[in-house]
Amino acid sequence: MIAEAGHYALVLALALALIQSSVPILGARWGDHALMNVARSTALAQLLFVAASFTALVMLHVVSDFSVVNVFENSHSMKPLLYKITGVWGNHEGSMLLWVSILALFGGLVAAFGNNLPLSLRAHVLAVQGWIAAAFYLFILVTSNPFLRIASPPIEGRDLNPVLQDIGLAVHPPMLYLGYVGFSISFSFAVAALIEGRIDAAWARWVRPWTLVAWIFLTLGIAMGSYWAYYELGWGGWWFWDPVENASLMPWLAGTALLHSAVVMEKRNALKVWTILLSILTFSLSLLGTFLVRSGVLTSVHAFATDPARGVFILLILCLFIGGSLSLYAWRASALKQGGLFAPVSREGALVLNNLFLTSACATVFIGTLYPLALEVLTGDKISVGAPFFNLTFGPLFVPLLVAMPFAPLLAWKRGDLFGAAQRLTAAGIAALVAIAVLFAWTYGGATLAPLAIGLAVFVIGGALSDLAERMGLFRVPFGIAMRRGRGLPRATWGTALAHAGIGVALIGIVCETTGNSEYIGTMQPRDVASVAGYRLKLDEITQRQGPNFREMIAQFTVTLDGETLQVMMPSKRNFTTRGSSTTEAALLTRGASQLYISLGDINAEGAIAVRIYHKPLVLLIWWGPVLMAFGGLLSLSDRRLRVGAPKPAKAARALQPAE
Amino acid sequence: MKKLFASLFIAAAVSAAPAAHAVQPDEIMVDPAKEARARDLSRELRCMVCQNQSIDDSDAPLARDLRLLVRERIASGDSDSQVIDFLVARYGEFVLLKPRFSPHTLLLWLLPPLALVGGGLALCFYSRRRSNTGNATDPSLLHLTEEEEAKLERLLAADAPDKKT
Repeated sequence: MIAEAGHYALVLALALALIQSSVPILGARWGDHALMNVARSTALAQLLFVAASFTALVMLHVVSDFSVVNVFENSHSMKPLLYKITGVWGNHEGSMLLWVSILALFGGLVAAFGNNLPLSLRAHVLAVQGWIAAAFYLFILVTSNPFLRIASPPIEGRDLNPVLQDIGLAVHPPMLYLGYVGFSISFSFAVAALIEGRIDAAWARWVRPWTLVAWIFLTLGIAMGSYWAYYELGWGGWWFWDPVENASLMPWLAGTALLHSAVVMEKRNALKVWTILLSILTFSLSLLGTFLVRSGVLTSVHAFATDPARGVFILLILCLFIGGSLSLYAWRASALKQGGLFAPVSREGALVLNNLFLTSACATVFIGTLYPLALEVLTGDKISVGAPFFNLTFGPLFVPLLVAMPFAPLLAWKRGDLFGAAQRLTAAGIAALVAIAVLFAWTYGGATLAPLAIGLAVFVIGGALSDLAERMGLFRVPFGIAMRRGRGLPRATWGTALAHAGIGVALIGIVCETTGNSEYIGTMQPRDVASVAGYRLKLDEITQRQGPNFREMIAQFTVTLDGETLQVMMPSKRNFTTRGSSTTEAALLTRGASQLYISLGDINAEGAIAVRIYHKPLVLLIWWGPVLMAFGGLLSLSDRRLRVGAPKPAKAARALQPAE
Repeated sequence: MKKLFASLFIAAAVSAAPAAHAVQPDEIMVDPAKEARARDLSRELRCMVCQNQSIDDSDAPLARDLRLLVRERIASGDSDSQVIDFLVARYGEFVLLKPRFSPHTLLLWLLPPLALVGGGLALCFYSRRRSNTGNATDPSLLHLTEEEEAKLERLLAADAPDKKT
């Protein structure tokens, strides 16, 4: 009954999406307010029905109704409640349902808070959302229905993939999808602007906060996924340049570029056409990511060919939306008026440079990810493109970007003073040089690139701080006044500085993790002692334990540093009976930003266990960086001039002025 | 023949072993310098049954097989490039995570720098064109046409009575 209700709600949502995608457009064409307002009510009703459908699937998983195929294949009655709920999106059908739920959520938000938008713009935006939604509802209903029943229900389920039975699954996919799908809003706004042939500062004021929201979630989602891989997969890697990861990195790179070009568009009314194109590209890359992950094309081109229904369907959606929006762009973009001129050395110019490097980096990831697929389809040759390729091509693109980054906020709009900016960055430059010199002396004979990269990171962080200090007048005016000025600075300024510093922080973590690791690989008997980077780890005992749906072998280590006992670490290995597969649960000991990492291998006949112990200096900075970036984004979002849907009735005219 | 036998033996040993786990203690070479070389090489080689994992990261039996093979070649005195050549001869280019620069990977290697250079040139061209129009070298942009003059007159005339009142 619940399954059928959920299925039916989804069909109704499809019907609503079809209405939403056609009626408001006609209304806008005929100038009929009632028809244009249909968009609002259908978007809200659609959210209601999709939410009902999603809730139905969650309920089926919670009560372990194994008469539903999706529940049978991905759940188990003994599974802890949290994983019963998160298991809903730990599979293809459920994750697609989450995808459309979030799409409906964003549509509903625009409908609910879009009162201050021009009526026809809102109608067009919601109609485009309706097209996307309708396409994906059809996809789910035709090829990936999560509510299918089994004729003779089995008594027990097949359990969820053990690797996914982790708190990471509760956080990572929803965050990532909020990011992916959030970019659909800027896409819809771009397409609506192209249809209307009109784009102004009000448009940018709307698009920027939505892009920022999506970007914040995508940043956190990617960072979370990376940390999850780091502790769950058991060899301490945190980024693999895997196509699935690249699929999320591409929209992030394009989205970051979009965020910056939207600033120029909002404040200077320039780069309009480019911003529109980036909006389209960013969401297209999100769709491409969905295609890559969901069609099975990555595992093998042949796997895709043997079960093509899903892949071909998404490919069709992909071609329709990307091809359609780009054609519309080619046709209509010239109708949009170009605005604001600027000199090459100016804040606009710096942001254009940022866009050039970010889109080139994005293109590199795109080529590296799709080239092997294309080559195999065209010639049958199989090649691999992995981490060494990306490190070699992606890295050099980021270096000039990071060097230029501290300069941008210090340049004036329209025409900047590069020399003046450089003068104000003297302190940051000196700090970077000192860092490089000290590190060279300290790691004499070691890797040459590492100190330089750290120096770059210090320059980036120092540059962000100099920008703040400069604006507060720190060291020039009395401290109290500087503090007051600091409080008075727009939050967006703080946001920029924090987000930029976050990149530097992450870079330090990345460099330290890749060059400064110590590791120990060996077999240990109880009472054996291993020493890594000054820490002594004594294996106390190996015990067995029964978990809710797994058996677990736990090794207990006592960690001492300079004779002082720090903590007991308990890495384990879990065997999941239903699927007959195992996971390694690494044990982590955090000291500041550094971590000790133990993961277990197999136990041999003499009772000795294979152990891998890593000391990873400053590794946590890799994730603190993105968190800082997301926090900066959040600050910027909370800036009162930019608050999402902030009502501005009386001062409507003033509120639409470019910020700053 | 002896080599073939050895690799067959390794394959048999591997398939008998329980789920292996990345670099195993028993694989490590005695000479730390050689082991370091083996680790560096391993990071550039793909575990062919995995999805985009290097043999250094993978816990698949095949990855162990390849790791042992790499160490065996190093132990018998091969240079790094000889080891790579040996593996490519045996498993094809699919085993390399960093494809070689060859005709069929030309685009792969050249497109990223081309994207940057092309984008940069397009920007230069575009900003020069825009600044030219911005300087208004075209005199027609500086002066109003007769039609526009007339329109302006009309507007000013329409505006005048308002000011008087």
